[in-house]
Amino acid sequence: MLKILVRRLVSALFTLAFVAVVVFAVAEALPGDACTAYLGRLAQGERLDNCRASLDLDQPAAKRFVHWARDLAQGDLGNSLKRKKPIEEIVGPRFRNTVILGTVAALIGIPLAIVLGVFAGVYRDKIPDFVISGVSLLAMTIPEFVIATLLIFVFAISFQWFPAVTILPTDAGIREILPNIVLPVITLAFVMTAHILRITRASVIDAMHSEYVKMATLKGVPFRRVVFRHMLPSALLPTINIVALTIAWLLSGVVVIEKVFNYPGLGTLIIQSIFDRDLPLVQAIALMFALIYIAVNLIADLLVILLNPKLRSQVSGEGG
Amino acid sequence: MENLSAGVVMPGCGPLPILRNVSFRVLPGETLGLVGESGSGKSTLALTMMGYLSEGLVKLGGDVHFGGHSMFEAGTGTLQALRGGEICLIPQNAGQSLTPTMTIGQQIDEALMLHTDLSPRERKRQVVELLEQVRMPEPAVIARRHPHALSGGQQQRCAVAMALAGRPRVLLLDEPTTGLDVTTQVHILELLRELAKSRQVAMVFVSHDLGAVARVSDRIAVLYSGELVEIGPSTRILKSPEHPYTRGLLASIPRMDGARVPEVLPGYPPPLAGPRERCAFAPRCSAAKDPCTAGRPALDVRGERYRVRCHFRRDELDDPGSLVRPSTRPRNGVPASSLLEVRNVAITYSRKSLLSRFTGKEDRARVLTVDDVSFTVHRGETIGVVGESGSGKSTILRAIVGLQPPCRGDIRMEGSRPLDDRVDTRPLACKKEIQLVFQNPDSSLNPRKTVAEIISAPLELYFGMERGPARERAAQLLQSVRLTEHYLDRTPGQLSGGEKQRVGIARAFAAEPKLALCDEVTSALDVSVQAAVLDLLSNLQREMGVAYLFVSHDLATVRSVADRVLVLYQGRICETGPVESVFAPPFHPYTGALMRAILEPDPDRRPRVEIKDTVESAPPRQGCPFQRRCPHKPGKICDREAPPAQELANGHRIYCHLSPAILHS
Amino acid sequence: MRVATQTGPVNAGAASAGPGRFRRVKPVMRTILSRPSGMAGAVLVTFHLLLVIIAPVIAPYDVTQQDADRILEAPSMAHWMGTDSLGRDVLSRTMLGGQVSILITLAASLIAAVWGGAVGVSLGLVGGRIDEVCMRLVDAFLAIPGLLFLLLIVSFAGGGVFALIPTLSFFNGISVVRIGRGAAQSVAARDFITAARVRGHHSRFIIFREMLPNLQDILLVEWAMRWSWMMLAFSSLSFLGFGASPPTPDWGLMISDSREFLTVAPWAGFWPALFLSTLIIGINLFADALGKALYVDRENRAPG
Repeated sequence: MLKILVRRLVSALFTLAFVAVVVFAVAEALPGDACTAYLGRLAQGERLDNCRASLDLDQPAAKRFVHWARDLAQGDLGNSLKRKKPIEEIVGPRFRNTVILGTVAALIGIPLAIVLGVFAGVYRDKIPDFVISGVSLLAMTIPEFVIATLLIFVFAISFQWFPAVTILPTDAGIREILPNIVLPVITLAFVMTAHILRITRASVIDAMHSEYVKMATLKGVPFRRVVFRHMLPSALLPTINIVALTIAWLLSGVVVIEKVFNYPGLGTLIIQSIFDRDLPLVQAIALMFALIYIAVNLIADLLVILLNPKLRSQVSGEGG
Repeated sequence: MENLSAGVVMPGCGPLPILRNVSFRVLPGETLGLVGESGSGKSTLALTMMGYLSEGLVKLGGDVHFGGHSMFEAGTGTLQALRGGEICLIPQNAGQSLTPTMTIGQQIDEALMLHTDLSPRERKRQVVELLEQVRMPEPAVIARRHPHALSGGQQQRCAVAMALAGRPRVLLLDEPTTGLDVTTQVHILELLRELAKSRQVAMVFVSHDLGAVARVSDRIAVLYSGELVEIGPSTRILKSPEHPYTRGLLASIPRMDGARVPEVLPGYPPPLAGPRERCAFAPRCSAAKDPCTAGRPALDVRGERYRVRCHFRRDELDDPGSLVRPSTRPRNGVPASSLLEVRNVAITYSRKSLLSRFTGKEDRARVLTVDDVSFTVHRGETIGVVGESGSGKSTILRAIVGLQPPCRGDIRMEGSRPLDDRVDTRPLACKKEIQLVFQNPDSSLNPRKTVAEIISAPLELYFGMERGPARERAAQLLQSVRLTEHYLDRTPGQLSGGEKQRVGIARAFAAEPKLALCDEVTSALDVSVQAAVLDLLSNLQREMGVAYLFVSHDLATVRSVADRVLVLYQGRICETGPVESVFAPPFHPYTGALMRAILEPDPDRRPRVEIKDTVESAPPRQGCPFQRRCPHKPGKICDREAPPAQELANGHRIYCHLSPAILHS
Repeated sequence: MRVATQTGPVNAGAASAGPGRFRRVKPVMRTILSRPSGMAGAVLVTFHLLLVIIAPVIAPYDVTQQDADRILEAPSMAHWMGTDSLGRDVLSRTMLGGQVSILITLAASLIAAVWGGAVGVSLGLVGGRIDEVCMRLVDAFLAIPGLLFLLLIVSFAGGGVFALIPTLSFFNGISVVRIGRGAAQSVAARDFITAARVRGHHSRFIIFREMLPNLQDILLVEWAMRWSWMMLAFSSLSFLGFGASPPTPDWGLMISDSREFLTVAPWAGFWPALFLSTLIIGINLFADALGKALYVDRENRAPG
């Protein structure tokens, strides 16, 4: 058990390190450097020299990478060019806000998706399934910003139930945030539900056709019990990993949604920092996103190992 | 429990009957065997008896009655009480039919909970008791295991235990032993027999395997293309069947008593669809006369509980393929020169793992899959290789073609050319001489190519033929495997299993090889089709003088085609020699056990269970490979020393520490 | 172009099937069109591709022509879909608004399918250490937030929207690598490949004549899905202001511009949103139907 845990952790760390290298390399490969990009037309003379000195740009790339990586490992992300502040301070609360948004959406979206997906899968090709599958196809294909704009038009402009944009300080408390993020949460949860629902449905349909579900029915097990006791555990297990991938994939959707609602999370920050051409900040945020992705997948991996008797016994077999 | 009578007609989409007017009764304590080939509707029938219709199926008419209940009229509650309580199913593939996320104990407990009034504590005891009854070692431990942790035989036992939990009055067995090794199969069958007897349970045993059915059934029903063609007492059906199909089926099964290719039942079953205005079997029936194509025969009562669906009585029919069998098949003359020589070959799959390379530890897993195997194939002869799954049969073939080169020993073609290298490094001429025929016809033909393209590939490769001539030659080859040239433009998806296998054979023969390696070529086929393929192979051998290395788990099949035999256990040779000598005493203890475990459709032959059906994952480190399962193990010597080869007459060799005199008994 | 949309993908896939290579096109198309959803998908995709060609000819107004007197005008006979905040004709702009994104994503998805498929299939065939290492890299690359990279490239590298093609196709191709590798592995394990190897065919024959015909369906469906995802990604970029740059008409950009005036002139955003959504829905429906017609199972998979 411990062995596999360590292995997954090492692999996650490896991935993170790899992403760091790529992020650094891409920044290097871009024409110019962080300072010329940031300063634009003002990039000359003393200004440029000062900027470059502050980022150690006069040093060779390899040396800078070692420094950067060492600082990263210690939690030091460097300084923002534009805001002249340590990046951790800027990113920290934003990171928290994005996690809040994502978590609330996931708390609503995942259970909803599983319930609806199981329902649609069990009653495959009946009317509820057509409705559920149809709506989920729409939710998956219509761009997030269109959905968000539509929601704003209906709920914020026509009915005036919720605010169209969130006007929040970055360090707002959760109590303050929650009532303000109804629409962004709905948008994100809607898209997330659609993706996970389709996976769940497909997996449930597979499992409903399995020999063991047939056997359980022929054993005289009531339908409800067949679904919950026999079918669901096997059907949901393989979806966990895919759900994790989906959630991680939706991270880019988060950027769009945050931007539409002007939510003070990592998404708006990265767009802002790109407009500001603040390369160190962009790099740091890219890393944060990768971190979220890796963490979600790691959790899913561990969950699968814990829940899957086949893997569990393999693992304990290895250990003992 | 009195009457289970089923008169059911069912369809797929649109009225596409899969079963047509099937009806029969099963009496308490009686075992009915239901025999049919694939596509005959036998599994559908089994499920129908539980009132279950698979997706897409509709009942067209009729009903199933069970002790006063109608399985199709019964409400959900009644049905749930009946299923698993009164009628239990033992499925074909227990491995897939047990819920993977629940332990064995939980699943048996669930059956108990639903169908008995026992308290949880009593149920727990009962679970262990049931597992004990199906002779599971350490039942308490097994109960806590998940299905994947058990072997195929164990899973099947658990399914039996689960079925018994509801104290049923009828057990439905849907091919319960298919896919298991011979010895395991016999164990399960004997267990079922005993349970049926001791508990007075009625059984319906559905199988394609007449041998297995013969072993357990009091009565036998034969299903052909969705129709019952013959039903009656099993002795009568096995000894003097009336319906030409039953006769053909029985004749097409290879037997141990004579080395000859079994009788061929020509043709294929008709499509299920469409109205049926004639006898379904008429196109394949050698005795068919005018009335057969004019009208559909009724199920005619021919004695007490004996009915046959044929226009004619037995004495009115010409004897098509009578059950009098010639004793031996024509042998080729004295084998000429040797063609392939295999000397002391050892093969291993395991690589050194990364970890062991770091730790420098000796790799524990490094076990030889095949060790010290030697044999010679002469021109134009057939060598049979038999053994249970995991015996290394296929591995040897892989070594010969160069997919898995041996780590020791010598493989030589015609006494000179060494073949211990990989296939990629061998010259083309050398590859041409050895061709493979595969077990699974679905996987061995490229689904995206036409038959013409498939057969042309070796022609273009070895003979440099252009597309046109290659196509002509392909048509000829198709003819030699009894297919018409209409097949040239079909894709494998449009062929039946038997047709695919013929195309596979045609492809192998396109290369004009000297040696064809046949890897379980008939095990995926129905009996009647299998007979046709065996017949085809032996004809081709006569015409082309090719030698076969014929690998199979089925002793009777090997017996019917092989000149000489190799018996393998755990990748080691146990016994080798001419078929007649190997399949007659004295036996190696393993051969003996296999021989006695054979199920034949003969009511007078009883298989004997001699060895435990444990599955060994790896051979022992030293000594005799069979030491752990041997019923006559003489002593410690078997654990320490590899058994010596004992030479008997005619090149018959037995690798055992026991003297031939003892082995003779 | 109509012909190209309907038979093009299937032709492209069947190109290596040898003689009778088009024999499957007709039945496959028939299966797709026999489903209502497949029919809808085919119609939508055809409509949009057709529009790309003929819109420049039939568009009633110049897409960049501003009219200060007709700002945010409601739909009328002169302007069927109204005008936007600069007085430009929404109908003309909407008709042409897909051009850039469709061309870019079509090119990028084709490149992605080709390079991803080629690398994936080779990895599946080569196996061993190289495969292990490469798959590690692929997994790691999947952890990189693709959209952010797109943002980064566009804003820092310059070069306009066409600079997106390599980045888009690179990141999407990585997903195709996984698909191609898995498919190649499962095909390589089948007996007919063993048969060809044992027979002694050249590896070129095995790959192109034996394997590819069995892989093309999977890659084809994957390509269609990639195209739809790229459309989503590209329109998001445009919406965020990193894609097509004004005054080019582009749906994402138009929706973004219209947001300010949502209360007074919803038509300026509605029509581009409708066109964009119907195209992506159309591609998805078509890809689904294509997958079903070719028996490619890809429902149970994650995006990305």
